[in-house]
Amino acid sequence: MEWTSFDTWIVVTGALSAAACALLGNYLVLRKLSMMGDAISHAVLPGLALAFIITGSRDSLPMLVGATAIGVLTAFLVQALFRLSELEKGATMGVIFTTFFALGLILIRQAADHVDLDPSCVLYGAIELTPLDVYELMGMEIPRAALTNLGMLAVNLLFVGLFYKELKITSFDPALATTLGINATFLHYALMTLVAATTVAAFESVGSILVIAMLIVPAATAHLLTDRLGAMLVISVLIAALSALLGHLGAITVPTWFGFTDTSTAGMMGVATGLIFLVTFLLAPRYGVVSRVLRQWQLSLKIVADDVLGFLYRYEELKQPQSPPVQAGDLQKALKAGGSLWPALWQLKRRGAIRQTADDVLPTETGLAQGARLVRSHRLWESYLCDALQMCPTDVHALAHDLEHFTDASMSEALARQSGDPNIDPHERQIPPLPK
Amino acid sequence: MRQRSTVGGAYLLTLLLAPALAWAADAHDHGLDWPSLMDFLRVLTLQDYNTRVVIIGTSLLGLAAGLIGTFLLLRKRALLSDTLSHATLPGIALTFIIVSALGGDGKNLLFLIGGAALFALLGTGSVILIQRFSRLKDDAALGIVLSVYFGLGIALLGLATRMNTGNAAGLSAFIYGKTASMLLFDALLIAWTALAAAICSLLFYKEFTLISFDASYAAGQGWPVVRLDFVMMTLAVVVTVVGLQAVGLILVVALLIIPPAAARFWTYRLRPMLLLSALFGALSCYLGATMSALMAKLPAGAVIVLTAGAIFVISLLFGSARGLLRILLERRAMARKIGRENLLRSFFELTEADLAGAAIRLDDLLKQRAWSPGQLDRLVSLADREGLLNRAADGTLRLTERGIQTATRVVRNHRLWEAYLITHADIATSQVDWGADEIEHILDGEIVRELERLLPEADQPAMPASPHALTPAAEME
Amino acid sequence: MATPQPQRDALVQDTPLWIHDLTVAYHRKPVLWDVNLSLPEGQLVAVVGPNGAGKSTLIKAVQGLVPRASGAISVFGKPYEEQRHLVGYVPQRESVDWDFPVNALDVVTMGLYRQIGWCRPVNRRHKAQAMAALEKVGMTPYAHRQISHLSGGQQQRVFLARALVQDAQLYLMDEPFVGVDVATERAIVALLKDLKAAGKTCIVVHHDLQTVPTYFDHVVLLNMRVVEAGPTDAVFTEENLRKTYGGKLTLLSDALFEYSKNPQLPRGRKGGQP
Repeated sequence: MEWTSFDTWIVVTGALSAAACALLGNYLVLRKLSMMGDAISHAVLPGLALAFIITGSRDSLPMLVGATAIGVLTAFLVQALFRLSELEKGATMGVIFTTFFALGLILIRQAADHVDLDPSCVLYGAIELTPLDVYELMGMEIPRAALTNLGMLAVNLLFVGLFYKELKITSFDPALATTLGINATFLHYALMTLVAATTVAAFESVGSILVIAMLIVPAATAHLLTDRLGAMLVISVLIAALSALLGHLGAITVPTWFGFTDTSTAGMMGVATGLIFLVTFLLAPRYGVVSRVLRQWQLSLKIVADDVLGFLYRYEELKQPQSPPVQAGDLQKALKAGGSLWPALWQLKRRGAIRQTADDVLPTETGLAQGARLVRSHRLWESYLCDALQMCPTDVHALAHDLEHFTDASMSEALARQSGDPNIDPHERQIPPLPK
Repeated sequence: MRQRSTVGGAYLLTLLLAPALAWAADAHDHGLDWPSLMDFLRVLTLQDYNTRVVIIGTSLLGLAAGLIGTFLLLRKRALLSDTLSHATLPGIALTFIIVSALGGDGKNLLFLIGGAALFALLGTGSVILIQRFSRLKDDAALGIVLSVYFGLGIALLGLATRMNTGNAAGLSAFIYGKTASMLLFDALLIAWTALAAAICSLLFYKEFTLISFDASYAAGQGWPVVRLDFVMMTLAVVVTVVGLQAVGLILVVALLIIPPAAARFWTYRLRPMLLLSALFGALSCYLGATMSALMAKLPAGAVIVLTAGAIFVISLLFGSARGLLRILLERRAMARKIGRENLLRSFFELTEADLAGAAIRLDDLLKQRAWSPGQLDRLVSLADREGLLNRAADGTLRLTERGIQTATRVVRNHRLWEAYLITHADIATSQVDWGADEIEHILDGEIVRELERLLPEADQPAMPASPHALTPAAEME
Repeated sequence: MATPQPQRDALVQDTPLWIHDLTVAYHRKPVLWDVNLSLPEGQLVAVVGPNGAGKSTLIKAVQGLVPRASGAISVFGKPYEEQRHLVGYVPQRESVDWDFPVNALDVVTMGLYRQIGWCRPVNRRHKAQAMAALEKVGMTPYAHRQISHLSGGQQQRVFLARALVQDAQLYLMDEPFVGVDVATERAIVALLKDLKAAGKTCIVVHHDLQTVPTYFDHVVLLNMRVVEAGPTDAVFTEENLRKTYGGKLTLLSDALFEYSKNPQLPRGRKGGQP
């Protein structure tokens, strides 16, 4: 692999357009308008084509204006049609953007003869070619696409910076914004205008469809990583820039493994954001699949361990002097615990709550005390549900059984106070006193 | 109300204007050759065998898409079809690469369709996984899968075009649609698959209706909702992948969305909606494929979608059930009716005892309700034209004989509604209907008689007294 | 827009909320029909009525959140649009996306956004104000918690704090007591009392008939139209309730009604998990 200034410019252009998209994408994701990004980016096609046809060139400004106008028109029509027709919002978007896209295709077909314009270039962009079209700036040759996207990013940053607070409130609670006199409709269309403009500015580098990837995927990824809006904005922009870099690297390296020279950078940028999303989706600290599964597992393990201690305590309560010690097999049967019993027992042993000799499970001092506390919570709950809430005819046992695992010492004492510190539960069993 | 027609108009205008512009731009270099009348008739009447099969196949596709799309629309899954059609691209490109690399014909339709279907299902699965296991909302899940799969598709397509073996150029037909490039075998395949999908969706008519209407109820009744959903999505995938070649993967979703959306404007019932949707789908495809057969440069998919779009706009404007024109007229009639009734009621409330004798000044009426002088003036003029009242030279108003009759009826209706709201408070709010000229049109005579009995002035059935005080703002004091 | 009538001006002047001839409709169905109301200042007002009676619609129509077919509304004698700063709004809890990446303090600060003005950032003083509001509803410990990690009652208290920070004269609350725990219910009641003591007017959409006499001074009985409105003692009678709720209520209303008239009886808790 050989890295040239060409590659650097490709990455810079890609990163700038991706960042411009991702910044606005946050608001699309939070306003549940992700597919509006999709609709707008498809629908700008006739705008691009018209600008080509009218000006006969690929000059940026008329293109930007024409296509942006069509993009805003799309947003407006979606909104209006949605309000007027009682159609579902998705269907409204589907009707409008496909019609516009079809129009665009026909226009491009017509224009293709006398303008150098290929529909596939509009769809997937031609980022590899952007460094060829340079602009002289202070003695430096800078690709025009990079400048366009830099400008777009600056405009978007300014918009988000100036209206940070207003965007936040209209995204979170538009009704409240309206009652406060903040014009939610104005901000909606301002946002849609910028989305359309950004889409158009970016289409040359990433193509009008991959723009959606940059609008939505980095923002959605960031949403899984943080609970703060400010952090979400920053993270999404970083992810967008990172996927431009990884995308281009991937485009020039991965194909060589299979005997090809390279492939579309724009496509690989989409794949790169997808991979970053996938990793986040699986491994995000709080909202990732793995950590959720892990938490779920820990919780179920804790419940099994609690149940073991409770069972041992109750057994201790009832047992005759000559009763044999509890066997692991008995526990498995009684608690319907299945395979999760073994890790639970291992955990208890490590905590010093039980001793295990062969198959016998014996509680230690601490284990018994913990068991007593659990049984106390359980029976206090039963008393409380029964006496204070009059829920007795229903199965309070099952409810109490669920609640006991989520009851800490202070809540358990509050329960005791509320139900008058009873000694006997509704099943006439003794409520164990608070262990020392 | 004005906005309504403007929107429809704007939409129609853009639709009409853009092709016109395109043709205008095209006029000076004759990129489009208009077919001769003979060609036109030959294609329209399906005289050429090849063209006939292509057109019939595509029309059947439209029919199947119209049927399945109706259920998707009702199941609120319209955009899921967009995602799965975009997700087919990597399947197509990858199949092409693998088959070509193995020395086969990379453009064999069966293989390509198989690959496309596989990735469409993978895409649908990914959407479901994201919806279930993350905090992201449905729209984000759709957008992520759509764009990432499409990105992968483009990357793979990039590889395919750089291959030495095989010619990837024809693959673009799958993106934009090209009925002209269809082989006879392809057309037959599309025709039979579409027919099978259409029949399948009709076989599941009852089940699909149920889960589209209320999935949780269906699940409660023991229907296998997940499996039925899977069948529905599979049918959507089938239509999508066989439609790829005809319409192109970006636009095939239009076949699933536009015809049912258009059909909804004509009916509130499911059966006619299915029928219309199938008809619209078939018609769009028939016209689109015909045009494309006549003018080889036109991308078939785009023409099909524009035809569907035109049908949609016509339906939106003139639909007999929910069309804008109908709603507009209804609203205007309703607004007039309410305005007239408010005017007559105010007359009545001002004069109660002596409707015929009293001459009312505009100022007194103005105080009666929250209307502006302009509004009131318009209402009075309208009532004047309708012969309900006379305006004297000094500006005072007097009801005519017809006006008195109408006022009496209106007030009676209104007071009966009020009584009904009080005596049948638990169900009343759902029954009250402004559209009805007389309360008897909604409530049966028995209830009306009972209401009349309950009112204090029951001995005066034509004119029960208002059950509440008539000076509104003084209520609290 | 209607012009307020001259002879009513004196009457309207001090009234926190005056509604004249309000009608809200959807196609052929009226939702609110000829509603006339004038509410006294410094009182706690309950709006009660059966499901679908238009209670929330009334609150929304006042603020122009749903289109009005007819009607004039004035807040302290002027049209609502001029008096927005005097009105605080507590919407229903399910009206927003609780996964939104903001914490409790951010949400409360939103109440100050108009005061801060367009394009100007939130500063430390505003945050302090928001913290003070959170303290009033007992939510100080949760100020920096993401809102999806709050319980339903805590979310409701955040909404209340947001309305408090607006420092309005008239508060409109849409079902603040729905689905909240006992602690929150007590906190809301205490807050309402404080607001009343400070001379504010609160209009609360309420669904629990039992608590109406203990919580509220003034009642609006609504079922598409105003059945009756006035001081709770005078208006909250069995007959009026029957007029509002119809036959459905009569089955259990007698028992319920006796119950509510005897506040010394222990009030039942709502079922479910404590």
